[in-house]
Amino acid sequence: MFKARVEVTLKEKILDPQGKAIESSLRNLSFSTLNHVRTGKNIDISVAEDSLDKAISTVRLACEKLLANPVTEEYECEIFNDGGDSLARFSNRRTPAVTITERANN
Amino acid sequence: MAHKVGVVVFPGSNCDRDAYNAFGSVLRGDVRFLWHKETSIDGVDVIVLPGGFSYGDYLRSGAIARFSPIMTEVTKFASRGGIVLGICNGFQILVETGILPGALVKNESLKFICRQVHIRTETTATPFTSSLKLGQVLKVPIAHGDGNYYADDETLKRLQDNDQIVFRYSSTDGKITRDANPNGSVLNIAGIVNERKNVLGMMPHPERASEEILGSDGGVGVLKSIMENLN
Repeated sequence: MFKARVEVTLKEKILDPQGKAIESSLRNLSFSTLNHVRTGKNIDISVAEDSLDKAISTVRLACEKLLANPVTEEYECEIFNDGGDSLARFSNRRTPAVTITERANN
Repeated sequence: MAHKVGVVVFPGSNCDRDAYNAFGSVLRGDVRFLWHKETSIDGVDVIVLPGGFSYGDYLRSGAIARFSPIMTEVTKFASRGGIVLGICNGFQILVETGILPGALVKNESLKFICRQVHIRTETTATPFTSSLKLGQVLKVPIAHGDGNYYADDETLKRLQDNDQIVFRYSSTDGKITRDANPNGSVLNIAGIVNERKNVLGMMPHPERASEEILGSDGGVGVLKSIMENLN
């Protein structure tokens, strides 16, 4: 069993009106050093696969097919074990496609 | 024999009755509803994907409806050259499916906009606009929160080169201006067709402007063109 957290954000060149509204509210509250607000959404999923490779490929497929719209959005996904340790990270944003998280005590 | 129009009903569709009325009572077509779980659309000449909020607009507008069982049939029907009209949420479903290019994102103003707008006819070389005049301005309502059409430059060029931009938001006298753009759509785009020109997606509602008693019959020409092209 694994857990996946998928973070979906709008591509940089797509206008994020919600981010803009938050930004102007921050300005009204005198947060003069806070700029360029971008919003997104988190999707948490339990993954019933027996290997990390399978968990990665299944979640990646779900991201490509449903969770993010490749025309306007980017996704970043982190896979955890049951104990909450981060095992891998991947996204459609940058290479390398998958980074296996280094564990400090290994 | 009257042509058969199929209006797809998703959970959360709310303009299915308007479409039924426009194609049935106004244009005397033989209309029937197609529940989204149906897997057969035999005998239908036109498919309408109506407006509404299928699946509560969860995740992204149209993102979940595109996987409804009937969409497999709609995709096949479209690839055979069948006429498909997607209005508002129907347009959103068509871009999510990939039958039409681009995406519909949140209105620039963040507001849900419900009002009459004017759109200019950019091409008459489609089965949806053949009874209209080039440049003809139609008064039709919009009612959407995610109607801001986006496509990258390469896609926009292709749409322009292939004459796929069908309607653009304009002033009453047909000028394409920023003021006339209600939602921030790139190039004021209100509706596009696929390359083969048998699938139209548009944010404004022609079916809600199909007779004077509704405040405008500005949209009836679109529906009439469809019916004429079936003959």
